[in-house]
Amino acid sequence: MPAMHVAVCVKQIPDPSAPGRLDPATRTLVREGKFVMDDSDSYGVEMALQLVQAAGGGAVTVISMAPGGEIKGVREALAMGADDAIVVSDETLRGSDSLSTAKVLAAAVRRAGEAGGVIDLVLAATESTDGYTGTTPVQLAALLDLPSITFAKKVTCGESAAGGLTVTVERQTDEGHDDVEVALPVLVTLTAGSVEPRYPAFKAIMGAKAKPCQVIGLAELGLDSGDVGFSGARQEITSVTAAAERTAGDVVEDDGQAHVRIVSYLESLKVV
Amino acid sequence: MAVDRIWVVVEPAGGGVATNGLELLAGARGLAATVEAVTFGDANGAAATLGDHGAATILTVDTGNAMAGVPVAAAIVAALEARGSDRPTAILLPQSYEGRDIAGRLSVALDAPVLANAVGLSDDEGRLVAEHAVFGGSTIVKAAFTTDRVQLFLVRPKTFVAEGGAGAAGTVEALPIPDTGRPGATTVLARHTEERQGPKLDEAAVVVSGGRGLVDRDRYALIEELARLLHGAPGATRAIVDAGWVPYSYQVGQTGKTVKPDVYIAVGISGATQHMVGMKGAKKIIAINKDPDAPIFAICDLGIVGDATKILPKLIDALKNRS
Repeated sequence: MPAMHVAVCVKQIPDPSAPGRLDPATRTLVREGKFVMDDSDSYGVEMALQLVQAAGGGAVTVISMAPGGEIKGVREALAMGADDAIVVSDETLRGSDSLSTAKVLAAAVRRAGEAGGVIDLVLAATESTDGYTGTTPVQLAALLDLPSITFAKKVTCGESAAGGLTVTVERQTDEGHDDVEVALPVLVTLTAGSVEPRYPAFKAIMGAKAKPCQVIGLAELGLDSGDVGFSGARQEITSVTAAAERTAGDVVEDDGQAHVRIVSYLESLKVV
Repeated sequence: MAVDRIWVVVEPAGGGVATNGLELLAGARGLAATVEAVTFGDANGAAATLGDHGAATILTVDTGNAMAGVPVAAAIVAALEARGSDRPTAILLPQSYEGRDIAGRLSVALDAPVLANAVGLSDDEGRLVAEHAVFGGSTIVKAAFTTDRVQLFLVRPKTFVAEGGAGAAGTVEALPIPDTGRPGATTVLARHTEERQGPKLDEAAVVVSGGRGLVDRDRYALIEELARLLHGAPGATRAIVDAGWVPYSYQVGQTGKTVKPDVYIAVGISGATQHMVGMKGAKKIIAINKDPDAPIFAICDLGIVGDATKILPKLIDALKNRS
């Protein structure tokens, strides 16, 4: 098979186990503290590495947009085995919605293609853990004029009769799954569990620090700050209120007879 | 009415229309003078049902063997241009596999932003305002567009209640699909339907979900058995979906399905924000977890502090002995 150049979108997010909060002034998610690679993106990195290996050669470029020149999460992807990274960081990107984010990522993917050869495949998670709008990957595909296959459970690349590369995907649906095929280049989003992400060895973690990681601003991508950030979002938060709280009912310690308690509760609800 | 006209994207399901589309039609009826449906696949044949749920016109798209996102979005964009002043103010789409694909493509074609994960939609003096549940549903954020472009809303299932009896069969109009080029080149080679017994996860009256507290993936069979005994559906947390125990379609939560059953049984689930936002709307919640400080106990109606792996087999036996 011909060598493949894969671009993987990686979001660097604040530690998801820390409670989130909104900035009272801008009403956007506060993104600070220790940054990590979104777990959802580890599947894309692993898939990219496996596909390049199966193709017998190529490269994996990590694409990320993050505040403050953040690269800690990207280093995790490089430690897994990705070859290089482009991180777009610019103060004017704060407050970007999913469409603006997709515009930035599209410009970064084009740059990766110019620098390291045509991008055959773009991989992303189905949605991020912190923002979870789930629209950015398809917007990115549309901006790059690529087909997209979302919610992949399994991805296989092969050669078509004409000699080009094709991808075949088992795509999750409500009722089961579809087998979908298209010629490369294409964008694919991956569901969790589609591959088993590797844990980088200590040596790989140290080695990642020497891998090329460009941190660039908007100007270098030829984008206008009016299209991104707060000014490009074209939506506003009109109010933030506390939701009605559910109150806790009976919480009891299991004395070995908890099942009896549950059955009688289900009986009282007429479920059984 | 907040606006003159709203379009609702109604996706197919099981040979007919998906419930989430009918829910959106009900929601749209409360906000717009005229509601029209855009359908594809098997939903194209459901004019009577869609009319009964309030769609004055049914705009059908024949996607053939392509994935729906690109052709449906392209047909909508062409139809918007053809409509001129009869354009809708907003398009509502279900937050689903296909709904997200269509919304993403529409967003770029129209250079219009999307408000995703809406759990409410209301009229604020003629302006459409979407409600979003954040931080595990503890905070409600309301948001609206500041653009005059077509407003794109992705709405989570169960936000509205489907209601028929709204009218006669709607007029059907087939929308042509313009040339979609490379992006439209995907081919669906085969569609596989998983044999799933019992009700669908997001429609079941009882949902039994399992999490990390089950410890071992083999024990998920206990969740399935309990769900079956209660005529319910089995669900899962993101943690065990990520671990590959069950497919993504089982996931309940922020990045999975939203369920509002009569009874939700959370087994070995601590109650991470990610999970709670998908099940907080249940009428009654029963939780079984080892950790007495687990957040799930703050929102449950009956909480059992104990080892789920010991309690589940006894509960299953007790239910079997009853019947």
